[in-house]
Amino acid sequence: MSEEAKHSEHEHHIVSPKVYGAILVALLVGTALTVWASYVDLGVLNPIIALAIACTKATLVVLFFMHVKYSSTLTKLTVFCGVFLFLTLIGMTLADYISRAWGQW
Amino acid sequence: MSTNTIISLPDQSTARVPKVNYLSKENGILSWLLTGDHKRIAILYLISLSFFFFIGGALAGLIRLELLTPQADLMATDTYNKVFTMHGVIMIFFFLVPSVPATLGNFLIPLMIGAKDLALPKINLLSWYLYMAGGILALYTMVTGGVDTGWTFTTPLSTHYVNTNVLTTGLAAFIAGFSSIFTGLNFIVTIHKMRAPGMTWFKLPLFVWAHYAASVLMVLATPVVAIAIVLVALERTIGIGVFDPTKGGDPLLFQHLFWFYSHPAVYIMILPGMGVISEVISTFSRKRVFGYTAVAFSSVAIAVFGFFVWAHHMFIMGISNYAVIVFSLLTMLVAVPSAIKIFNWAFTLYKGSITFETPMLYAFGFMGLFTIGGLTGVFLGVSGTDIHLTETYFIVAHFHFVMVGGMLMAFLAGIHFWWPKMTGRMYPEKISQMAAVVTFIGFNFTFFPQFILGTLGMPRRYASYPPEFQILNVFSTAGASILGVGYLLPVLYLVWSLKYGAVAGDNPWQATGLEWQTQSPPLTENFLKTPIMDHDVYDYEWLEAQKEKEVASAG
Amino acid sequence: MPDSHAIAESAHETAHQAGHEHPSYLRHHFESVEQQADATNFAMWLFLLTEVMFFGGLFTAYLIYRNWYYPAFVAASHQLSIPLGGFNTLLLITSSFTMAMGVWCAEMKKKSGLVLCLVLTLILGLGFLGVKTIEYSEKFEKHHVPSYHYSLNSFLNPDSDEAAKASGDKPMALDMARHTEVYFSLYFAMTGMHALHMIIGIAILGFMIFRAQAGAYTSGHVTFVENFGLYWHFVDIVWIFLFPLLYLISRH
Ligand code: HEM
Ligand SMILES: [Cu+2]
Repeated sequence: MSEEAKHSEHEHHIVSPKVYGAILVALLVGTALTVWASYVDLGVLNPIIALAIACTKATLVVLFFMHVKYSSTLTKLTVFCGVFLFLTLIGMTLADYISRAWGQW
Repeated sequence: MSTNTIISLPDQSTARVPKVNYLSKENGILSWLLTGDHKRIAILYLISLSFFFFIGGALAGLIRLELLTPQADLMATDTYNKVFTMHGVIMIFFFLVPSVPATLGNFLIPLMIGAKDLALPKINLLSWYLYMAGGILALYTMVTGGVDTGWTFTTPLSTHYVNTNVLTTGLAAFIAGFSSIFTGLNFIVTIHKMRAPGMTWFKLPLFVWAHYAASVLMVLATPVVAIAIVLVALERTIGIGVFDPTKGGDPLLFQHLFWFYSHPAVYIMILPGMGVISEVISTFSRKRVFGYTAVAFSSVAIAVFGFFVWAHHMFIMGISNYAVIVFSLLTMLVAVPSAIKIFNWAFTLYKGSITFETPMLYAFGFMGLFTIGGLTGVFLGVSGTDIHLTETYFIVAHFHFVMVGGMLMAFLAGIHFWWPKMTGRMYPEKISQMAAVVTFIGFNFTFFPQFILGTLGMPRRYASYPPEFQILNVFSTAGASILGVGYLLPVLYLVWSLKYGAVAGDNPWQATGLEWQTQSPPLTENFLKTPIMDHDVYDYEWLEAQKEKEVASAG
Repeated sequence: MPDSHAIAESAHETAHQAGHEHPSYLRHHFESVEQQADATNFAMWLFLLTEVMFFGGLFTAYLIYRNWYYPAFVAASHQLSIPLGGFNTLLLITSSFTMAMGVWCAEMKKKSGLVLCLVLTLILGLGFLGVKTIEYSEKFEKHHVPSYHYSLNSFLNPDSDEAAKASGDKPMALDMARHTEVYFSLYFAMTGMHALHMIIGIAILGFMIFRAQAGAYTSGHVTFVENFGLYWHFVDIVWIFLFPLLYLISRH
């Protein structure tokens, strides 16, 4: 058996319902906040705030509901990989679109 | 033992193929169709892949025949379009992508890391069923009218302008994609979680490293083409406007999504082959692979860089000029790890005790042809030359050098190399060496002229061409017939060897991998007891010591 | 996942003798229960990675067109109902919570708690789909489903459309208004893919409730529930992004 298998899920951390409850509340508050923020005119900040709140909520779900906070480095790396490549796809594609109109040559 | 071969077979008058092995364990068709054994699934794949290969090959033959003459006289031009499209679809999605991973990878990864099976045997079987479903659907589309968009499903051609079977072909590719995702996923989990005691990452054979890297690509890149295909399907059926310029969509977005997969896919199609070559070169020069760590990491580097270069397929499509510059630079970067591998193999050969058995001949073919293919890839990565060469036969020659000269050679090298392990019997050496040479000659006759044709400006994907190109095309078609012979021969003698081949014994090549330290063909559970990796990888001295011990205990 | 099904199945057959040296849900090719649990968990994560990239293509498309056709996206997003969307977000987040609690119950070997949590998750999921159906059918009625019958009326004459009027939309030029169709294409592609994932999830949930009642997951073998939980939370996360991106583009 490989090393990773030895010390990851072994000390299987059981998250207590209190934590879950707290996350639920945080998520609901986040939802309310994002709806409220969308009614306030903040210019360019509007989408940024909306995404920031969504990212925070997603992070909470990943860390606690999905137990990543208590998981092995491998799981953490896996999540990181996914986020990184997701951003690569979006970022590099958008880079093309954004720079298309620069310098008319 | 003669000096120019390392083959060491047991005494043929007494040797037997072990009675109990994964092939003989159970009988009947159901024991195959419901098997969870990675080795049996590998065999299922091998049979079905070969089938698709010969269908694709027959289509290739038709293409070459049509191009024998400048006029479109053998078939109607739109038939020609369908033929080259189906050739591409079948060869890429149903042969090259699964070729080495699904057969050799499936068979060998658990053996090489000392595991009893892949981590998810049922998912493995599911992969094969998905593959078959996709394949049969593709064949069905072919006989019911075919499709003529090219294997790239280019929009808006595929969404608006053709009324051939785009939907079903797309669905076939989609299903095959999931087969490939599950294979990759299974490999990653297995390599992480199922290694035998003592099998650390840097004791893994390079074959396993290469498959790991390719699996990462399968898992991460394939879903993007899946969603692109879904969007094409929605666009075709209900007319959503994501790629449709008349509704404000951007056809280039399809290209982005498609090549985000399909560039990494070309590495899915070569990395496992590189893994095979590492094993073969080490075994037949009796040396540890030079710069093991560098070769291992170059696989990973290829996988990672492979994600950042996709737009080199779009240089003339209207993407931003700045993006062209960036992607052009990044493309040149990705050639570096490929070169690292070539150089390290060359250094492995240096001062090795080289012998020229069939797998090694194919490996030499690979090294030469892949180098040419890779270098011409760099030409194409430079946007200036690409603008001249793109959509000409130069591209066709480039990717056939890497895919046929590279991956197919590696596949054949691997099949010959591990044939004794898979079947317990040797293939006939002389005739197979001849087949390897015939393949190499045929290949060069077929595809080298296409580089010249491309530079002269002959466009790809047309049934007719100006008469001055005919000589080179005749060369190419003639070469293709030689190549065809080169590919038919192995089928004949490999099947023959199943019954009449010499009994191979556990380790005919005196190779070091764990897969050679168990019986051939292996037991269903691979090893009698879980092996312990107490020596280094490619440790030929350990192997010698091991042999002496055996002799001592036997005597 | 079919693999874990099989694990769950064999777990059931011999639930009464779990806890022995070699529990029967241990598949033959694994060395230990930990290795098996670890491997399936990792496999699930890799599968989710695939899912991330699958949705990645859609998000890319969304961002590009949102930048290109911002006014059209704003006006089109006004056609969505925040109360309905918000309510759905609420349902889904709560279902994520009940799912997490389900995993906890399985770990603590509380059978009735687990069944209750799974049933609640199922109901909340169905509720989500119900609301989605209401939303979709409204789009059908207004001809906002991209296809050959797509109607621009709400955007060319906002006064004729309640939702547009309520948001104070101005009539749009024809060529920009036409691009609302791109918005709705993406809206249906994204929420449709998401709903498809919900439907698959609900089917599996139904199956799990059935098994949970038989005590399959409360004998120490929780892998299947855990891995399904990961899937369900992932689907929740997708919605967490879809909601602000599709509904809340600009409401001021
Ligand atoms: C070693 C580094 C490589 C580089 C720098 C490279 C570069 C390129 C470039 C720039 C193109 C686009 C040409 C054009 O359409 O104008 C291209 C096309 C292609 N390459 Fe490569 N390549 C490399 C290796 C490979 C490998 C290993 C494979 C497959 C095993 C491969 C398969 C293909 C295919 C199939 C196409 C044509 C796609 C099409 O338009 O149908 N390449 N390559
Ligand atoms: Cu490429």
